[in-house]
Amino acid sequence: MTSATAVKEVHTTHERQGFLKTYIFSLDHKMIAKQFLLLGLFMIWIGGGLALLLRWQLAYPEQPLPLIGASEQYLETGEPQSSMDRFWDSELSKSDDEQGWLTKRMPVGIITPAFYNALFTMHATIMIFFVVMPILIGCFGNFLIPLMIGAGDMAFPSLNMLSFWIAVLAGIIMIAGFLVPGGHAASGWTAYAPLSSDPTWTGVDWGQNLWCISLVVLGISSLMGSINYITTIINMRAPGMTFMRLPLVIWSLFIVAILLLLALPVLTAAIAMLLFDRLAGTTFFNAAGGGDPLLWQHLFWFFGHPEVYILILPAMGVVSEILPVFSRKPIFGYKAMVLALSGIAFLGWIVWGHHMFQSGMNPALGATFMISTMLISVPSAIKTFNWLGTLWGGNITFPAPMLNALAFVSMFVIGGLSGIYMASTVVDIFIHDTYYIVAHIHYVVFGGSIFGLFAAAYYWFPKMFGRMMNQTLSKVHFWFTFIPFNCTFFPMHILGIGGHMRRIYNPMQYEFLQQFEGWNIFISISAFVLGFSQLIFLFNFFWSMFKGKKADDNPWKATTLEWTTATPPPHGNFDVLPTVYHGPCEYSVPGAKKDFTMQTENVDLQAMSGNGGNGA
Amino acid sequence: MSLATTAVEPAESPLTPESWGKLGMWVFLAGDAMSFGALLAGYGAIRAGSLDWPIPQEILGIKLTAFMTFLLICSSLTMVKGLSAIKHGDSKGLVRFMLVTALSGLVFLGLQAYEWTHLIQHGLTLTSNPYGSYLFGTTFYLITGFHGAHVTVGVIYLTIIALRGMKGKYSAENANGVEIAGLYWHFVDLVWILVFTFVYLI
Ligand code: HEM
Ligand SMILES: [Cu+2]
Repeated sequence: MTSATAVKEVHTTHERQGFLKTYIFSLDHKMIAKQFLLLGLFMIWIGGGLALLLRWQLAYPEQPLPLIGASEQYLETGEPQSSMDRFWDSELSKSDDEQGWLTKRMPVGIITPAFYNALFTMHATIMIFFVVMPILIGCFGNFLIPLMIGAGDMAFPSLNMLSFWIAVLAGIIMIAGFLVPGGHAASGWTAYAPLSSDPTWTGVDWGQNLWCISLVVLGISSLMGSINYITTIINMRAPGMTFMRLPLVIWSLFIVAILLLLALPVLTAAIAMLLFDRLAGTTFFNAAGGGDPLLWQHLFWFFGHPEVYILILPAMGVVSEILPVFSRKPIFGYKAMVLALSGIAFLGWIVWGHHMFQSGMNPALGATFMISTMLISVPSAIKTFNWLGTLWGGNITFPAPMLNALAFVSMFVIGGLSGIYMASTVVDIFIHDTYYIVAHIHYVVFGGSIFGLFAAAYYWFPKMFGRMMNQTLSKVHFWFTFIPFNCTFFPMHILGIGGHMRRIYNPMQYEFLQQFEGWNIFISISAFVLGFSQLIFLFNFFWSMFKGKKADDNPWKATTLEWTTATPPPHGNFDVLPTVYHGPCEYSVPGAKKDFTMQTENVDLQAMSGNGGNGA
Repeated sequence: MSLATTAVEPAESPLTPESWGKLGMWVFLAGDAMSFGALLAGYGAIRAGSLDWPIPQEILGIKLTAFMTFLLICSSLTMVKGLSAIKHGDSKGLVRFMLVTALSGLVFLGLQAYEWTHLIQHGLTLTSNPYGSYLFGTTFYLITGFHGAHVTVGVIYLTIIALRGMKGKYSAENANGVEIAGLYWHFVDLVWILVFTFVYLI
């Protein structure tokens, strides 16, 4: 469809390869993307399952779980009523070291305090490192970067493959932690010392060690990923694809790769110190030995705050792609979007102290961190207003990708606003370590990253698998996610203001929290609905992969390069390397023949509209 | 700015696969620098908060390490010579200089091993220090050990370059692999100068 002036033959003409080369040790970025997707979709069920166990305990503290728990009569009378009762009966009669895995963690189906700690630690760890990162960065980064910049593959395909398999290895190590004696890591995903550094505090031994080792291994995988992403984006853009013509999702993945590159080594170094403390008896984080537990917090959050932006920026990029397509309007303020991204990436390094206001830091330092944190909400607000500006007056339609993108914008606003409250040191004294923080986290990471992830999955599924996802199921899934999501997490703000601490085993132990029992039950029921409605997505995903309507090359009438090639794209992506003539968002240009102009279309938009194309 | 131009703007960067590796190495080194940075920052924080931090020069042998530093700086020089040799098409020169560079790295490691054994014999270990804060020993071994690991990797890397050079894999037009190895080796030297300054001298 284009008359590319500089036609370059794609250098690779691959013959068919065997099963192993195609599906397992594939070097093709599109296959690696799908592998990352499967990894994330597998882990999300583990992470989600842990969350539902947590919610059971909070709503019905120390009551046996449904299905696997012992019956009430059995607990009262000791007379087994059901097969589960008989199972627990025989388990309890065994000696300590003969008891099974389940009995150690939830005897008669009641979660123990120690297991509860492992549950919330591993829920967060898995969701952050093995769900959001593999899917948003591993999958969509891999899939989109070469396709959207017009390259045949990544710069270093073997490194790419290694990066995936090392991530799998990290996942296996992390899961193995559930099996070791002493239980899995239980010091929170933030692994604060001395809880994490000294096994005698928690009784957790190899669980925490494996947690550390897994994250070091994952750090290697992500280092390889960022080397690939950065090099590819800088060096492999198609002719005409200048930086200011890059789709915004590529910009955000580029910035994320830089953040990952600079942030994860800091975590790795901190974890190395932690492992030395645990295994070699050093005292980095032990005040009695001359060390400093606060050093851990500083190092962790120096990594940790950029990390939360690592989780959200790709989703922001995804949304910046989707909103223009379904409003048929160019993105509002492309340049401002790029500047805001860079601003976030820069400011993200100087705000980590906002997680430590209550650690006893110097108030002057606290005030500095307060100001820098409030500053960082400026670029976030710029992005939000630009999204709204994109929608304004647009010709809006509401297919599933758009619904999820709109959910992203609105939920991110709520999460961002609660962030500002917490950024104020005085307010944070009151809400630190309460459910208010949990509400904030979930509005940004679930409301933000996960809705962004769904938006991306619905939007690019046709390109990935060559078929459309079922729209009815997609919409049902959306509403069954959006409504229970808000029912689950919004009330947590109320609990937090009421003083409900996070990471507590049994809120009913505290008189002042007993008034919240109703809320906790409501939240948990919403959470169960939220969890189970994800089955709709799972079904739709795999069913559509084989049975969905065949997708054509550009089902959404979008302008970026991935929609110019075949669906699904061939090995090497493009038959001829594309040449780029426009920015990524030429929608509804006045005077143009269609309401969208592909980046590869060699037409003079300026002449047609008389005043130049849209956009930057 | 007009977006629609009939003439194609050239991409801002060359599409030459040769340049990818070099950029990849730079990116890697930026990440690696952050891990050294974190270790050194942690070291600084602990030392600043310590009441019984010993004076490094009184425990560590500055003369020996000054020589080790000199050795590494010289090896950076031979690295440069090796690259310039192959750029002039002299692959014998390349192999010779690569071997000398790798050998300097090896001597450096040997001297470090000697230094460590000596210190351990005097009671300075990962978890003990007769002269003051235990963490002096901990940070010393962690940081110099992490650097030593980098030197070890570097020696292996340079040896591979030398072996490939013997097989004639490099030429004046194809010296990219050597240049990339050079980036790594210079980085390891540079980091050592920082380590030497912060851990030994200050
Ligand atoms: C408008 C921008 C934001 C501001 C001003 C902000 C502010 C804060 C503050 C002050 C805290 C610490 C509260 C405390 O522990 O007392 C916090 C915690 C947190 N934030 Fe944000 N935040 C913002 C955006 C985000 C985004 C975009 C994400 C992730 C995608 C995020 C994820 C988190 C997480 C995970 C925590 C809790 C960490 C923990 O203690 O486990 N935040 N935020
Ligand atoms: Cu933060």
